[in-house]
Amino acid sequence: MKFVCEYRNEETAREYASALAGITTQPWTIMEICGGQTHSIVKYGIDELLPPEITLIHGPGCPVCVTAIELIDCAISLANLPNVIFCSFGDMLRVPGTNRDLLSAKAASADVRIVYNPLDCLKLAKENRDRQVVFFAVGFETTVPATAMAVYQAKQQNIANFSILTAHVLVPPAMEAILASPNCVVQGFLAAGHVCTVMGYAEYEAIAKKYQVPIVVTGFEPVDILQGIYMCVRQLEVRKAECENQYTRSVCREGNQTAQQLIQEIFEVIPRQWRGIGEISQSGLGLRNKYTRFDASQRFQTELNLVKSDCADFPTECISGEIMQGIKKPYHCDAFGKKCTPEHPLGAPMVSSEGACAAYYRYRQGIGIKYEV
Amino acid sequence: MKYEQTDFNLSCPIPLDRYPQVLLAHGGGGKLMHQLINQLFAPTFQLGVQHDAAIVNLPTSKIAITTDSYVVHPLFFPGGDIGSLSVYGTVNDLAMSGARPLYLSVGFILEEGLAMETLWQVVQSMQQAAAATGIQIITGDTKVVDRGKGDGIFINTTGVGVIEHEQFIAPTSVEPGDLIILNGDLGRHGMAIMAVREGLEFETTIKSDSAPCSSLVIKLLADGLNIHCFRDLTRGGLASALNEIAIAAGITIEIKETAIPVREEVRGACEILGFDPLYVANEGRFITFVPEASLDQALKMIKSQNSEANIIGQVTGKSTDQIGLVTMQSSIGTTRIIDMLSGQQLPRIC
Repeated sequence: MKFVCEYRNEETAREYASALAGITTQPWTIMEICGGQTHSIVKYGIDELLPPEITLIHGPGCPVCVTAIELIDCAISLANLPNVIFCSFGDMLRVPGTNRDLLSAKAASADVRIVYNPLDCLKLAKENRDRQVVFFAVGFETTVPATAMAVYQAKQQNIANFSILTAHVLVPPAMEAILASPNCVVQGFLAAGHVCTVMGYAEYEAIAKKYQVPIVVTGFEPVDILQGIYMCVRQLEVRKAECENQYTRSVCREGNQTAQQLIQEIFEVIPRQWRGIGEISQSGLGLRNKYTRFDASQRFQTELNLVKSDCADFPTECISGEIMQGIKKPYHCDAFGKKCTPEHPLGAPMVSSEGACAAYYRYRQGIGIKYEV
Repeated sequence: MKYEQTDFNLSCPIPLDRYPQVLLAHGGGGKLMHQLINQLFAPTFQLGVQHDAAIVNLPTSKIAITTDSYVVHPLFFPGGDIGSLSVYGTVNDLAMSGARPLYLSVGFILEEGLAMETLWQVVQSMQQAAAATGIQIITGDTKVVDRGKGDGIFINTTGVGVIEHEQFIAPTSVEPGDLIILNGDLGRHGMAIMAVREGLEFETTIKSDSAPCSSLVIKLLADGLNIHCFRDLTRGGLASALNEIAIAAGITIEIKETAIPVREEVRGACEILGFDPLYVANEGRFITFVPEASLDQALKMIKSQNSEANIIGQVTGKSTDQIGLVTMQSSIGTTRIIDMLSGQQLPRIC
């Protein structure tokens, strides 16, 4: 397949790996922000190709993993309302809330549907005028434009029975939160190529400068990631701290300005709770005042208050917060692969294919790879 | 939406102007049910004497029996339909155990309101599939459930086949050193269904690989080739089949990603949805475990039916912990585990 196969080529991958080994003179710790990159790294065993001096840390860039448990509970409560068709991207369905997940709500009669595109919800809403269609708007800047377009179209077409439960999060504030933490060990970042396709990378230039950390906008295929790491190490070795773009076939500095304008029109920046991490200021998106009539949490305020769940604390064994901040790896967790498996996840990173724990469980369990503890 | 249905010359034997749809009474035991059996099922399937059970002769005393239920939605999809699928699926299960398929029972669960014409098309498709694989439909049952309690048509088929050789075709016969042959490209059935069900449009229509595998299997066995195991790659795909065998035989298996044929359109659809083709269902694909001595001849015969057939891996040894392990050499030369699927594959967010 064009633009994919050539980036999964063994020879090219090995060339980058040996070039990387050639320029690496000392230990460096690099974080890949995005869960999609974590998935690729573990799936393809990219870390096996790296020189021993390079340590990769898996960042908090899995939207499924960072969605607050309160929001999942809220989603389940909405899905359970008799008149609601609750729409979600597929991998949110198995994320555990306090007591259960959306899939078990579906099994117990809730009308939960998987959609690929928020605009599909508008079609559903038009076909079911007597019911309420709620979309669980999850994701980083990558999925925001599609949600924004759905809300915009709903207003244009006056589709009154459509609303969204917003869980959108932003990457740069999370990076800043990691960099500002006294425990931070990250020396360089791979930024998420698809997020930057939408947003561009001007924001990242400011972060690179402020925290003196190199940032490389990177794609998702094995060769992309190896090249991204190579570019990052090349900067680290000469003490440079700039924002570079590896993913030039998709990303330009300004990003997709039409999409950005649409996001601006519909959303404003708000504080957001991150599961396992806590609140990060200015790290989420909420509907602007003129669109609040499409806000499910307001539309169903009464119903949600009635079923307000007493959120249990995070399972104490689960260290997903530390994993998502890059402080620990999945195999540092006592529950990993024992009490916590993809069939019975304790925390969200064990659910999504992009979650670090699920990736390690799926591709690494029992393979005889030695982990440092 | 209907795809490439065979041009049926015969019109539905049930008068469509009077009974355009299936009624509850068609499963009620009265005149309508008898009309359905005598005019639609019996002549199409060439059923013999109607009694409470079919009585048949078996050429050998060693037989294989298997049962499977078919609930696919949509009923018609690119490359097949629920009727042919319900025959090929069960025929393939018989073949995988080394049996020559002989007889098939058919149980229909019909939903009240199903178009009679649809039932007629499905029944004809079943008969054509049965004729193509040499299996005889000998008995059946029909139930009709209230509207809303079914999904058009559910079909259960039970197949009986005979074992005409002395080999023990089973996962426990698999040995270290065995090579694994895949009989064609992966993932088309699952992605064809997914594309239609979800209204996904791609440049090319993905056609299901639904097909019978029995004639090839019978040929391999009739030629006296030493075969250790066959396994079809239905739900859970290649990855699940390999894991099932690795666990059952307590062995380690290594496959090579670049040796596994996946067509462009399937690869693309999987990329978009975040699916792994290794876990996607197939309906005409199977793997054969052969010792090296049989490899060349087996590969030649399998390739003669599908040039995309390939050696995809090997049994590398006995598993130390007796649990079984499947690994894959990735396209960039690294090794990773191919695990059993947890739950179903869910499309990812981004």
